[in-house]
Order: sequence, then C-alpha cells, then structure tokens
Amino acid sequence: MALVEIRDVYKSFQRDTQRIDVFTGLTLDIDAGSFTALMGPSGSGKSTLLNLIAGLDKPTRGTVRVGGEAVSEMSASQLAAWRARHIGFVFQSFNLLPVLTAYQNVELPLLLTRLSGKERNERVKIALDVVGLADRADHYPRQLSGGQEQRTAIARAIVADPTVMLLDEPTGQLDAKSSQEVLALLQRLNSEFTKTIIIVTHDAHAAERAKMVLHLEKGDLIEKPRATAAAMR
Amino acid sequence: MIPIVYNVRSVVRRPVSTALTALGVGLVVAVFIGMLALANGFRAALAKTGSNTNALVLRKGADSELSSGLGRDVASIIAADPHVATGADNRPLVSPEVYVLIPLAKAFDTTQIANVVVRGVSDQAWQVRSNVKITAGQRPTSGRPEVCVGSRLTKRFPHTGVGQTLHFAGRDWTVTCQFSAAGSAFESEIWGENEQFMPVFRGDVFQSITFRLKDPATFDDAQRALQADKRLTVDVHRESEFYAQQSQLLGNILSFLAIMITGIMAVGAVFGAINTMYAAIASRAPEIGVLLTLGFRPWTVLVSFLAESAFIAVIGGVLGGLFSLPLNGIVTSTTNWSSFSEIAFSFRVTPALLLVGLIFAVVMGVVGGFFPALRAARLQVVQALR
Ligand SMILES: Nc1ncnc2c1ncn2[C@@H]1O[C@H](COP(=O)(O)OP(=O)(O)O)[C@@H](O)[C@H]1O
Repeated sequence: MALVEIRDVYKSFQRDTQRIDVFTGLTLDIDAGSFTALMGPSGSGKSTLLNLIAGLDKPTRGTVRVGGEAVSEMSASQLAAWRARHIGFVFQSFNLLPVLTAYQNVELPLLLTRLSGKERNERVKIALDVVGLADRADHYPRQLSGGQEQRTAIARAIVADPTVMLLDEPTGQLDAKSSQEVLALLQRLNSEFTKTIIIVTHDAHAAERAKMVLHLEKGDLIEKPRATAAAMR
Repeated sequence: MIPIVYNVRSVVRRPVSTALTALGVGLVVAVFIGMLALANGFRAALAKTGSNTNALVLRKGADSELSSGLGRDVASIIAADPHVATGADNRPLVSPEVYVLIPLAKAFDTTQIANVVVRGVSDQAWQVRSNVKITAGQRPTSGRPEVCVGSRLTKRFPHTGVGQTLHFAGRDWTVTCQFSAAGSAFESEIWGENEQFMPVFRGDVFQSITFRLKDPATFDDAQRALQADKRLTVDVHRESEFYAQQSQLLGNILSFLAIMITGIMAVGAVFGAINTMYAAIASRAPEIGVLLTLGFRPWTVLVSFLAESAFIAVIGGVLGGLFSLPLNGIVTSTTNWSSFSEIAFSFRVTPALLLVGLIFAVVMGVVGGFFPALRAARLQVVQALR
C-alpha cells in the first residue's frame, strides 16, 4: 500500500464567473521513503496537489489518503491535529515567525504535543543540529541568511517527526549555493532518516536529487523516468 | 497553545500603534477611576461622619436635620434615658444641636456663595463626637459669641483663621479654634455653642439630639424605648447609618455618571482596539496561515489574538491607573443633595479601584479584539498564505 494515495481527484476553483478545473480525475501513488519531485509549468496545479495532500484544501471530488487515513474526509479540527502529527510543510518564502528566534520557531510544532519542556529542548537541539544551525538557535529570522532561514524552516518541519515532508518550491528564493545546501540536506533527510519527501520545484538540480520525478501538465500526470528529466535540462 | 511571547513581541514591534491604542484605553480608565474616586471619597466622607456608638434623634418623619425640630423638653427626657452613656463627670453624653445653613462667599471668588452648615452644640458634643479633634486654638467659651471652624473650610472661605472674625446672622463671631474630624463632613462645618445660636436663628428649638450609647449593641432597645415614649414624637437613627443614607443619593448618581460617561468613552477606545487589531491581523495573515498549517487549531488563534488585544489594554489600564494616582487626596466640594449643604471631600483612589480599572481595561481589550480575532481564526489557510 502506498503512503499517499490519490484516487480519481477532481479539483476546480471558481474565479468570478469562470470555473478553473485544475484536476479532472487525478490518480497517483507515492510510496513511503520516496523522494518525489513535482514539476511542471506554472499554473499546472502543483501547489494545489501539495495542499490537498496536507489537508489544507479539499478535493471537489475523489479521495486523498495518507498513511491509510482519508484526509479529504476529515473535519477542520481533526485535520489540525492530524497535520500537527503527520505533515511537515516548508514554504517558498520560509514563513518563519519574525518575532520568534530560530529555536522558538522550531519549537512551535512541539507545543502541540505532550512532550515535556526538557524533551522539547532535546528535540529542537537535534533538529537544529541536523540542519547545521545549532549555533544560530538564538538568532531572529532577520539575522539569518535566506538559506539559513529555509534550513530553520526545514528543522521546524522535521522536529515533530512527521510522516511526510511537503515542500513548495523551497529553493525558489535562494541563490545557487544555498539551494544546493538545502537540496543536499533534503537528500540526506531522505537517505539517512528515511523521510518521505515531496517537493514542488522548477529547479532541475532538485529533480536530479529526487528518486522520482512527476510532471504535471494542465492537471494531468506525465510520469517520466529520471533520465528524461535530466535530459530535459 | 500559541506562546504568548509571540503576541507580546508582535505588540512591541509596532510601538506607535500600540502606544496610541493603549493611550486611548488609558484615558478612559483614568476618567473611570477618577469619577469613581470622587463617588468613593464622597461616600467615605459621609460614612466617617457618623459613629456606630452614637444615636441621632430627629423629629418623627424628618429625613434630614434641616427639616427637624425638637423642644428643650425632648432634650431633657433623652438626657435622662438609661441608654445614654455618661462622661467622667457623671453628666450624660448628649448634644442637643442647632443646625442651620448660612451663605458664605468663597475665598477665591467672592461672588460665589456656598451654603455652609453652622452647628450649635453642647459642650458635651466634643466628647460625643470622638472623631473631632481641635487642631489649633481653644474651644469657644460658654456664653461668648465664638466659633470653631472645620479644617476643610479654612482654605476655601475668608475670615476663618483663628483670631479672625466671621460675620453671619447679623452678628460678629470670633474664630477661636479649628478642628479636624478624620476627613468627615463635620470638617465642612462651623461649630459654636447651641445656646448662642438659638436666639439668632430659629428660636427655642433644636434640630437634632445626638447621644453616646452606653453599649452600641443596645441601639435597638434605645430606639424602641424612645420611639414608644408617649411624651416624644421622634425617630431614632444610628448616627453612622443616618450619614451613610445621606450619601446614598449623590453617591449613586456620581457612580452612575461615572459608568455612563466612561461607557460612552469606552466605545471610542474599543473602536481604537478594533482598528489596531484588524490592521495587525491583516498584515500578519501569512503568519496566521503558518500557525494553522502547523496544526494550531482555529480557536487557539482566536485566544492568541484576544490575549494580544487584552495585553495592549492592560498596558493602557496601567497607564490609566498611573494617570489617576495624582488625583488621590485632591480636595473638592459638592452640595450634598440630602442636606443642601456644601461638603468638601477628597478623591479616594484605592487599590480596589485601581484593580477595577484594570479589569475594565481588559474588558475593553477583549471586546475590541473579539471580531478581529474571530476573523484571524476563520482565515482560510491557503488564502492566508498567498
Ligand atoms: N484559491 C484559488 N482560487 C482560485 N484559483 C486558484 C486558487 N488556487 C489555485 N488556483 C488556480 O489553480 C491553478 C493551479 O494553481 P497552482 O496549484 O498554484 O499551480 P502551480 O503551483 O503549478 O503553479 C491556477 O490556474 C491557479 O490560478
């Protein structure tokens, strides 16, 4: 059984009088432990797909299951608890809370668990260590570089040990060097810690590091072998 | 729960809007505390006037000393009553009193006339009223046109210093002393000998008779005995209750006004808070989106922003309390509507009042923060993050 099962999903948005059909019967499986890159032109529905998996949005029709649980059927409050437990989300624009230190930002997801202060402290330290920012714990986001901010966001996404990491163009605002650092980090999280990673990206380097590349085109899936993806550069 | 440090730091990050909102709340709280301090001071002045151990006798049906009248015979019957305490010299502690209002021009603006109480007392009165203390000079000598002036009058009316001469009721009166009375309404009175005032004012009647009870617990007995006495047509009040009663009308009106006026002002302050919070939430929509994405529930977002609004209001409440503190002790005066006399009293800002002010501030904050916080809690994650 695949970790993420998307079955015959329809999703449309209403914008004024116009209806935008993003997905019309999408079916897709993503296995546990995989590193999947979602590619495709802008507007093809990549972010929408990520939001559906995270339970941030609901399909118009069809089901989304993660780890056997029907995400598309849950209530808002069930979703909040489920997301806290199973999803680590990383945004293109980092989205750290500016008034909290790196440490406090990373600790946020743990405030939703029953862990004691001491256990939280240990976990945050480990997460910051993994992303190589142990010495930046007390820095505020504005005191960090873009790459450091994004690595802090990744620490925040992994600290509660989620089932799936979802990343929406995580290197979109980073320079080449920082992008490489972030991608290497993701690869390590996947290989060393067997994290399941789904990353939306335009970056061919990112696709190279992924184990599987999915192309979305106008809401349809074009599965291409890795070699082709690399050749497309 | 979303950590409160998130809200505190967010508030500190926008000092100008925070300060303005807090200032609005603070102003309302200051006015609120100030007006209640006024009502408080007024009540306290009258409450302290009466003593628990004294009984006040008025003509039956009279609701104030002004409308009462009692003959000399009543005074002697009461002096002989067994409930009345006796002094060291074995004489009963009774003060049959003359009570009149005289118009006096104020010191700073002599065109302003105030009604001042003139009280003619027996020489026992100084013992009956244990809160009255002479602060300067000597008590008026029996048989002479001399008066003693309450300490609240001396600054506000001319010719009230010891050795000066007051002119009223067609005669000159030498001021021989000043007295204090623990901040009570007596401090706004002029005292002299009852036998001196009787002929120049209303003739051979007293307005009230106050006596010290042998045992404060026997008040009910004394009241029953005197009111049942066929020779008398009197009402007997416990002195403390009588004055507390007198403060009720004006005290309640002052409190009502305080709540009315600050209620209206509070609407303004609440709108200030609403504005600030809507602006804060609009500019932090992505942050709210992140919190919701991480799995914080919408109601914790609601609580978080309510707390933020309440926090700003608490700053305002503290400011308001600080603004109101200098009022404490300032002397002002009003006409007591129960006796039509001028009473001076001080603003009383008490710790309890400061606490009420702070709670009032928090209420304004929570009310003002509610709808903005509700909007924050209802944000759609995907929209908020765009
Ligand atoms: N909340 C929304 N309301 C209306 N239209 C939307 C909304 N979200 C996405 N869309 C539309 O759906 C399509 C897919 O968007 P998106 O998933 O963001 O694409 P991608 O991430 O591949 O660029 C686009 O045409 C976009 O305009």
